[in-house]
Amino acid sequence: MKFTWFNLMPWPHMPDDFREKHRSVWVDIDPKLYDPVLGHEVYNTYLDQLEYAEALGYDGIGVNEHHANAYGLMPSPNIMAATLARRTSRAGLVVLGNSIALYNPPIRVAEEFAMLDVISGGRLVAGFPVGTSMDTNYAYGQIPALTREKYAEAHELIMRAWEADEPFAFNGRYTKLRYVNCWPKPIQKPHPPIHIPGGGSVETYDFCIDHDYSYSYLSFTGYLRAKQLMDGYWERVAARGKDDSPYRAGFAQTICVGETDKEAEELYAEHLHYFYNRCLHVYPGFADAPGYRTIKTIKAGALSQLNAAQLMQFGNLSWKDLIDGRYVIAGSPDTVREQMEEMIKGLRVGNVFALIHVGNMPNEKTRHSTKLFAEKVMPGLRDIWPEYKDDDRFWCHPLEQRVQPAPIGSGLEQQA
Amino acid sequence: MSALGSRTVETPRGAKIRVYEAGSGDPLVFLHGAGGLLPDDPFVVKLAERFHVFAPCLPGYEDSTGEEDLRDMLGITLHTADVVEALGLERPTLVGHSMGGMIAAEMAAVAPASVERLVLICPAGLWDDEQPIADLFGTLPFELPALLFHDPEVGAALLTAGLDFTDMGALADFMVTNSKRLGMAGKILFPIPDRGLSERLYRIQARTLILWGESDKLIPPSYGNAFQAAIAGSELRTIAEAGHMLPIEQPQAVLEAIASL
Repeated sequence: MKFTWFNLMPWPHMPDDFREKHRSVWVDIDPKLYDPVLGHEVYNTYLDQLEYAEALGYDGIGVNEHHANAYGLMPSPNIMAATLARRTSRAGLVVLGNSIALYNPPIRVAEEFAMLDVISGGRLVAGFPVGTSMDTNYAYGQIPALTREKYAEAHELIMRAWEADEPFAFNGRYTKLRYVNCWPKPIQKPHPPIHIPGGGSVETYDFCIDHDYSYSYLSFTGYLRAKQLMDGYWERVAARGKDDSPYRAGFAQTICVGETDKEAEELYAEHLHYFYNRCLHVYPGFADAPGYRTIKTIKAGALSQLNAAQLMQFGNLSWKDLIDGRYVIAGSPDTVREQMEEMIKGLRVGNVFALIHVGNMPNEKTRHSTKLFAEKVMPGLRDIWPEYKDDDRFWCHPLEQRVQPAPIGSGLEQQA
Repeated sequence: MSALGSRTVETPRGAKIRVYEAGSGDPLVFLHGAGGLLPDDPFVVKLAERFHVFAPCLPGYEDSTGEEDLRDMLGITLHTADVVEALGLERPTLVGHSMGGMIAAEMAAVAPASVERLVLICPAGLWDDEQPIADLFGTLPFELPALLFHDPEVGAALLTAGLDFTDMGALADFMVTNSKRLGMAGKILFPIPDRGLSERLYRIQARTLILWGESDKLIPPSYGNAFQAAIAGSELRTIAEAGHMLPIEQPQAVLEAIASL
């Protein structure tokens, strides 16, 4: 198993009456709710937590991209990953990911990911999401019905740019470059491992399977509701004649660990409530721009999407609802280990993106939960997939000999 | 028995286009807005009282095909000219509502000699920072009647006619239909319905009539002045007790205005 400690970086200072006074946490959220002075502390606390996770033995530390979103304060995940590249030395840098249809020209992603891979000594795990409608269409203005075509073209450009050993011309519909020449190139050959975060588009399954990319299902509704979707993915894997390595798939799971079940509730219930009540309060008119999903996907999932829309009414979910419904895995280390195993086996995933900082959880509680998971839960889950224990196709391959940042003021900086 | 005849025509590009047809007299082509035609569309029926009316559906609307290869304003403009040609029409009166008005204005600007009479009904295509157009794509279905109609209650009844939203199957069909239509419309309307038309309006030579609903809350009537100022010799008329769905709300007044052109 590979465990990535993932921080969505939510804004922790939304008011108690946020849901009543504001229609959406995303796209047109009131800019006055953001305070950059408080933000200074928030960013640095969150980055410290990611670095702490490396020290505790998590395999990866993860960041992602959102725009105009108060539960995801990372418009540029690459800036976050760059700071982490210097202050960490071992963990995979899981950038999940860059919404490649949004970069103009998309060669920028090839360049920045290469920079991260080189600075970190080959620790990059690269993600290429299509992006949510809120980010891609409403906040970043991409035409919904053309987003997937633009994404596919950007993907082709980036992969060719990484693999080409001489400059080439790229005559795309959306990007025309007379000279494509990616300097620098990534350390990992032929390219860093690629994870595709998906929200249930059937086309994305085949795209991952055909390229041997790992498919990551990111949801906040837990593994019981993910089962049908992931079963669909594994059916496609089998139908296309690929092996069933669990590392072909990942799942994001909100996790809260206490010394006991009771302590977990006492410590974390209010922060889960903050997350599900305020952070997921998205105006439904921004949820799915017409044309963003393909007709095939709508037909495959129209009714389940309607059900999901109903499930998005998170506001009144109690601790018990969230736990019993397995939206969240929470409790003592034993409880969490047992449910994690059920999730991992049920969905057949080798990559877990552990969402342990939740909503407005303060630093001490986040570290407490993070440490308990690392020390008392993770060891018991490591070897769930013995038959694939040597499968490293979907994870980064760092250099054996990596340069460490020299101590500041040591006089050694220029030799480093 | 429907009041409208219906057939498909094929364009040289291979798109198969649903066209409704009725009436006799001078030929008139009506281009629908982003919401498409209503069943037995009452405005098309009204036009047929005085004209031989042809109402083609854009790819993505009803069973018209060919949307995959249409990506931008020029493509959609030339496609629509192809449809007029495939119908065997020469310089018909060209009438467009909302998105259809945007397309009609583009056709008249791109090929000025091919359009003699042009009627733009609450057309899209311009943008004014002082009077921003509401975001059709960030609007929930139940919010639409207030935006589109002078009388939202009448509008709500019209928009939901024949739809049973307690039937999950019907609801799923509606989602597919809506996604196909607005996915196509988004290619020229999303995120801002401006594809540079203001730079081309000067080319229009057609006798042009611009009609606006006095209480249009989607595209405010001030846009009518902008169109009128940009198209030489054009006439602007504002019609009372009508919103953005002017052709549905005041079909008789619109027909009389068109017939006077």
